[in-house]
Amino acid sequence: MIKVLKPGFYSSIQDVGRFGFQQYGVPSSGAMDQNAAALANGLLGNSENAAVLEITITGPTLQFNCVTKICLSGADVSPKLNNVPLTNNKLIKVNPNDVLSFGALQTGVRCYLAVSGGFQTERIMGSRSMYRGVTFHYVLKKHDELELNSVTIEAGEQNSRLRIQQSYLESAVLPAFKGPEFDLLSAVQQKQLLSTRFTISKDNNRMAYQLNEPLSNTLEAIITSVVLPGTVQLTPSGKLIILMRDCQTTGGYPRVLQLKESAINSLAQKFTGHEVSFQLNTQY
Amino acid sequence: MSYKLTYKPYGVHAVLIEWPKQIDTAILDDLLHFKDLILKKNRNTILEVRSAYNSLLVVYVLEVVDFKTAFVELQNIYQSNTDVLKTESRLWKIPVCYDAHFGIDLEYISKVKNCSEESIITRHASAIYTVYFIGFLPGFLYLGGLDSVLFTPRKSTPRLKIEKGAVAIGGNQTGIYPQESPGGWNVIGNSPITFFDATKEQPCFAKAGDKIQFYSISLQEYNQIKTLVEAKVYQLESEVLYD
Repeated sequence: MIKVLKPGFYSSIQDVGRFGFQQYGVPSSGAMDQNAAALANGLLGNSENAAVLEITITGPTLQFNCVTKICLSGADVSPKLNNVPLTNNKLIKVNPNDVLSFGALQTGVRCYLAVSGGFQTERIMGSRSMYRGVTFHYVLKKHDELELNSVTIEAGEQNSRLRIQQSYLESAVLPAFKGPEFDLLSAVQQKQLLSTRFTISKDNNRMAYQLNEPLSNTLEAIITSVVLPGTVQLTPSGKLIILMRDCQTTGGYPRVLQLKESAINSLAQKFTGHEVSFQLNTQY
Repeated sequence: MSYKLTYKPYGVHAVLIEWPKQIDTAILDDLLHFKDLILKKNRNTILEVRSAYNSLLVVYVLEVVDFKTAFVELQNIYQSNTDVLKTESRLWKIPVCYDAHFGIDLEYISKVKNCSEESIITRHASAIYTVYFIGFLPGFLYLGGLDSVLFTPRKSTPRLKIEKGAVAIGGNQTGIYPQESPGGWNVIGNSPITFFDATKEQPCFAKAGDKIQFYSISLQEYNQIKTLVEAKVYQLESEVLYD
């Protein structure tokens, strides 16, 4: 079990997501940066769908009450175990009463804490991903207790470290496919969409990221249709909204681009003021 | 099955199928029939088929390697005209308390429409609405069939909090908020029914193609039903619809 001493800015349990329930209006949710979550799980030998803790910008303070192994991936939030600095992408043995805390954000936005065997928190509709209205808990709060399995760690087991390709954390180019309404844009609008360097607005969260620079827009709203995480919507005012993991299942704005999965992961590591641009992928 | 449909890739996992750009029940019937056929043919390779007013999204378990082949496969299913057992549709009778305690915008609508609050309630509760699909929030039903007299524009500034169960009108649509949420629709009542239960295998009782009818209840009846709903013993009234 882990005791939450401080919850941090926005920490929630996530996994690969909740699938097959979008027809009931349930968002797929899941770790914003699936790449980092998979890496932390992979290094621990967890299954791909093991639940991890997603930490945003300011980390929580957590106290362990069992022996386990942990691994951190994604953003570097200056992690410390009992005040001793830790490194991401490294297996770390944890003992009862150890305290994991975080400091200044160095790179990225979202850090993932995986524990051996994954968090054993409530599972609803095949997923432990927290989402308001679906799971009882939707964000970490002070005094919460997070269930996990205690593990025995064999003597002589070495802590290992892997050198990881982390360039996607910094990448400002978001590869995308055409969205269903892309071809309705004029050639000029398409060029503007694909050549502008956009900045991320202060409205960015697990549901969506808004971009500041408007696009000239002449498209009408569409009849409400399905949307997906990674869909780039063009609003009547010309502002672009990039839908993220907790997005609604339907929407009425034209869908001009669909980000590749890797681009959603990259974007999840950016926030207010960061610049991004789109790169059209014509090959499916 | 005679509409001219378009097929597009939507990301690497899904095909978007679109019907002509209009909202009507004939298109709804056609797309739900197509959905049943697709699921019958390809149950193992498909994660989910999602529907909206005039579109279906076929989500595959694996990445689609060749979209052209996927389109042809779907077109063949659409043209095959195989008979599948039509999914049973139901008419659900939904209790709504239109008391001023809940119907905080009834007075406003009555003023701008120049008609009595009673006639607004009567019009709202006498129509039979079609469930087109579920979206926006878990368990939010997109309903068609609102009396045009009741069309009321959304509020220019949305409320930060609309109660769970609120029955509201936004433009030419009416709906029920399945959970507390910000929203810009005009609230005319509240239903004590649970529209989304995450602990159930089928979390929503209603589905696309079903019908909904509201009936007016008193504040006292509201509280009684609410108690039964919370104890999970309330039986919602419904009947099977035959074509």
